[in-house]
Amino acid sequence: MDWLNAAVQGILLGGLYALFAVGLSLVFGTMRLVNLAHGDLTIIPAYVALVIVGVAKFNAFYSIPIVMVIMFIVGYLLQRGVLNFVVVRGDIAGVIVTFGLSIVIANALQEGFTANSQGLDAGKIENLSITINERLAIGWLPLLIFVMALVVITLLQLFMNRTKMGRAFRAVSDDQEAARLMGINTRHIWAVAMGVALLIVSIGGVMMGIRTTFHPLLGADRLIFAFEAVIIGGMGSSWGTLLGGVILGMAQTLGARAFGSAWQILVGHVVFIIILALRPQGFLAKTVTA
Amino acid sequence: MTTALETQDLRKAFGGVLVIDDLSINVDTGEALGIVGPNGAGKTTWFNLITGTVRPDAGKVVFLGRDITNLSRHERCREGIGRTFQIPRPFSGMTVFENVLVGATHGRRMGERASYERCIEILEWTGLMGKVNVLAGTLTLLDRKRLELARALATDPQVLLMDEIAGGLTQAEVEALIEEIKALRAQTGITIVWIEHVVHALLAVVDRIVVINFGRKLCEGEPREVMNSQEVQACYMGGTPA
Repeated sequence: MDWLNAAVQGILLGGLYALFAVGLSLVFGTMRLVNLAHGDLTIIPAYVALVIVGVAKFNAFYSIPIVMVIMFIVGYLLQRGVLNFVVVRGDIAGVIVTFGLSIVIANALQEGFTANSQGLDAGKIENLSITINERLAIGWLPLLIFVMALVVITLLQLFMNRTKMGRAFRAVSDDQEAARLMGINTRHIWAVAMGVALLIVSIGGVMMGIRTTFHPLLGADRLIFAFEAVIIGGMGSSWGTLLGGVILGMAQTLGARAFGSAWQILVGHVVFIIILALRPQGFLAKTVTA
Repeated sequence: MTTALETQDLRKAFGGVLVIDDLSINVDTGEALGIVGPNGAGKTTWFNLITGTVRPDAGKVVFLGRDITNLSRHERCREGIGRTFQIPRPFSGMTVFENVLVGATHGRRMGERASYERCIEILEWTGLMGKVNVLAGTLTLLDRKRLELARALATDPQVLLMDEIAGGLTQAEVEALIEEIKALRAQTGITIVWIEHVVHALLAVVDRIVVINFGRKLCEGEPREVMNSQEVQACYMGGTPA
């Protein structure tokens, strides 16, 4: 693989990481919950799509909107039924409960779908690519995932800045108690935030299921990549998260190009640690006030 | 005269310390009630019990004839209880306008368009019109206090709870604030409960003063009489009534 090709693939991979990371960041921002089950929650949409495609027998792409709706509802109910009681009890409770949730999800998926790798069928697009020259080819699917990341982040920004619900998200993020006394029902807002986070995750989750295979134990990797993207980009900034995803993706693909594919993941982590050491607030962090 | 807000035998202990001790206070509709008392007397805790931030161990909070003791905080806001914080707590990452808009759209549940107009009125009235697009986290103390008031008013409260809104302001700023609050009362007839250490500000506005000490009502009555009573002087100076 050529250097330029590796760089381009890395950028596109970054879009996927951003799609996973935006939800993590949204949940942390609105309720200060470090959701250790986030990685596993990115796997569920692929399995939901698998079931839908199995029943309806259509192209996996068509399942995406249905999966989004289902995952929004799952997120809302998960928050209202379980996590709302956890977030008011502090950081440690959140970490413990979501860690437990992560184990439950991974095992439930293994129980229901076996530990085997599965794939989603979306027809020819999986292998189609735009050939720029003999050294550089851009796959339609990775490109589509990247474009979806741009669309999702743009829409999320508009939602946060222009809608009543979005302003409530930001108010709750700034000061929960003051927000409640302004008439905001934080339990509802948190549930919607979790719903939106899983709705966004569904897009990346299903598309990744189409692009490669998936199995129930992928959650830990995805959680770490999402964390790294959020931290590199800077808390509270959606575009920063995309930047973080792109930096991480490029570090991985260029690292693989330089040292061999066995080094891909490790180089990503090393670059993350270097950035964390030199710029712990991330590249595009919003000013944090006490 | 109807009762707007009433706390009946409220009791609250933190750990072993009884902070509010069978506290019963009535606020009439349209009244401006001043609350004074030494630091740690339980004044702010009493506000927290009214807004639902703190739940009582015993007793009731009755608002416009309805027992609201078990309502959640946002519901109490929507019922018509507005509150400013002693230390301003603006949504610092949002603009001044957005801060007020949150109060209008969520606390008052108005439509977006009607909210805009109401917010502009309130911002003009509180003197923040020139700073609508400024991030609230960058405001000066006076403007933060104004924003506290503006945000609380945007929720369209029937009872406004103000916690030391004059504290930390200069003499001239306090005078301006007194005029603004007098004008607010004259225009809207809003019921006000005001915790304040700046006594002359209270005396200029309120109809009645209740003195709280050790979570109990020490005395109440006409403002000047209360503030001049030996009992009150003693509780502030730490002595015993002569």
